[in-house]
Amino acid sequence: MKALLPLVLIAAPAAAKTIDVAPGPNAQERLQTALIDAQPGDVIQLAAGRFVLSDGLSLDVAKVTVRGAGADKTVLDFKGQQGAGEGLLVTSSDVVLRDFAVEDAKGDAIKSKGVERTVYKNLRVEWTGGPKETNGAYGLYPVASKWVLIDGCIVKGASDAGIYVGQSQDIVVRNNVAQGNVAGIEIENSYRADVFHNVASHNTGGILVFDLPNLPQMGGHSIRVFENQVTQNDTPNFAPKGNIVASVPNGTGIMVMANRDVHVFKNALSDNATTNIMIVAYKRPFEDKTYDPLPHNVVVRQNAHGRAGWAPGFVGGKELAAAMGGALAPVFWDGAGGRERTNIVIDEMVPVVSLNLPEALTPVEQAKPGVVDLKSGKPVTEPAAVVLPASMEAAAR
Amino acid sequence: MKRALAALLLLGAAPIATVDDGLISGDTLPPKLSDYRFFNGEAANARVTAYHLTTPLFSDYTDKDRFFYMPPGRRIRFDASGAAQFPVGAALIKTFRYGPRKLETRVLLHRAAGWIALPYVWDGNDAVLKRGGTRLAAAVKGQPISYAVPNVNQCKECHQNGVAPTPIGPKARNLDDAQLAAWRKAGLADAAPAVPKMPRWDDAAQPIALRARAYLEVNCAHCHKPDGSASNSGLFLGWDQPAGPSLGIGKGPVAAGRGSGGRMVGIAPGHPEASILTYRMASTEAGVAMPELGRATVHAEGVALIENWVRSMH
Repeated sequence: MKALLPLVLIAAPAAAKTIDVAPGPNAQERLQTALIDAQPGDVIQLAAGRFVLSDGLSLDVAKVTVRGAGADKTVLDFKGQQGAGEGLLVTSSDVVLRDFAVEDAKGDAIKSKGVERTVYKNLRVEWTGGPKETNGAYGLYPVASKWVLIDGCIVKGASDAGIYVGQSQDIVVRNNVAQGNVAGIEIENSYRADVFHNVASHNTGGILVFDLPNLPQMGGHSIRVFENQVTQNDTPNFAPKGNIVASVPNGTGIMVMANRDVHVFKNALSDNATTNIMIVAYKRPFEDKTYDPLPHNVVVRQNAHGRAGWAPGFVGGKELAAAMGGALAPVFWDGAGGRERTNIVIDEMVPVVSLNLPEALTPVEQAKPGVVDLKSGKPVTEPAAVVLPASMEAAAR
Repeated sequence: MKRALAALLLLGAAPIATVDDGLISGDTLPPKLSDYRFFNGEAANARVTAYHLTTPLFSDYTDKDRFFYMPPGRRIRFDASGAAQFPVGAALIKTFRYGPRKLETRVLLHRAAGWIALPYVWDGNDAVLKRGGTRLAAAVKGQPISYAVPNVNQCKECHQNGVAPTPIGPKARNLDDAQLAAWRKAGLADAAPAVPKMPRWDDAAQPIALRARAYLEVNCAHCHKPDGSASNSGLFLGWDQPAGPSLGIGKGPVAAGRGSGGRMVGIAPGHPEASILTYRMASTEAGVAMPELGRATVHAEGVALIENWVRSMH
């Protein structure tokens, strides 16, 4: 009879428990096994110290919290990673990751795909050699997900975007620091996002709101970017060619490409050599009848502008700046599609320039830049604040 | 106790025990491969059938032995696309080896709640369950490699349709008619629908485009399909995918990072040297290499096939 006991224990519904994992020999297998053995409700507690890992990790159990001893105390070190496309892959819902660091992942650092109610809290992601083309692409990477919270994280050195939310819905990105990435924060092909109280500095571009063709979810919309500090974005673009962010000019503050109903307000922007705020069409040829390359209903208002535009980092930018009296305006629009179709509304205390490019694919060399007044336009209702399920806010406290 | 002893004596007397159906459909995780009794020594047990695929997945040049177990009174049905539908209680068993050296045996069990995938790693005369995966030192063409046995999450990454794990290989288009006829005759399967067959990827007599598409279907499309792990890339490499941006033609990378290798599009017709597809196939570096899992070696012949196909495109 005794031999039956373990089986009975396995079959019984387990109470939520804490699984402690410490750094040391065989960390890969011990930590991965803990991630597999966890039951819904469990907490995997990572002790302080450096976990030296040989492969990507993955979590596929819902309602699990992975918690470290602090973003500077518990480090998952992927310098010796031999396989997998990311450091930690999450494919289950209601997962909370908090208070640890991921360093030097070979691909993306932390990816959650196709899940609901994801919380990233007080994480640090870093490529420790500084900006390099050989760094992984994305730091924090929730994709094809619903309800995403990224709060209080630090991301440095991503060769694409430090924080990248793609093809997702109902997103809050707040209180984060993104430094030394190609893109600090990028919201791509997503619906309903609030990006606020972040610091994006020393990236190539600070905060990007993009929509791209040929993807399962397109037509990004209803995005608010507000009360962020977007300053000194001055790292030469180190993205591998071919990737869309490789086309982001060095010294870009906030960039909106395609999308509709994007509101950019009350941000503090300065020392961005290309421009503080840029609104443009998608500028590559594409084959996708369902894709709209133009931005629509973009509202820019009440931002605080410091120095900008003295060295525009795109082809023809230098000539443009010279033609404009030495510097491009702190806010510019490429003009593609025309005002009537796009309804770009800009109400700022600084000059606004349109490049007056008639179409998305018109080369920048054919720009006819001029100061424009875009204050009046069709009224655009500001998207409602994104409200996350209470369980997520509780987990982030 | 008396009863247990009697049972033991009975077992001892029985010539050959059949496959343990209870372990396949139960809810335990058998610690040893031998627990299932799929094999008697090297021989397959009753109702365990060896099979082969026309174009197999490349896995570091390993030799593979594939079997399925069919419980008594049950059989395979095929859906309209020709995918084999195995009944609850069935199992797929696949051993990876270099000649006589067995590395691992992966088992897919069809339980009432769905399929589960379990990796067993060989140690002496039996293989033991390693749900967390492991790495094994091996050599390919004289070069040392670190062979990766996938963990159970990684099993699911490839074996999923939406969220449910599922078998990948057994599809009518990748199974020859001789096998399908034999299974039908033996009562192991219904008739398969008449679907266009994929060629052997290395059959030089077949058109290169079909061979390349068969190779991509088997090596890439388990993730690169609309309900696969790589769905968000928008790159779909299945056998039925029409030519166009979704197949990679003229399509820019989305989340490739340094996996783009500085190339602008997935497939640049006529130019394999400008195509991301072949760049990633020719790498073994984590973060660049595709597939992401199960490959520590470049499949030179596979890369050559895809390069020649891309070169032939206009």
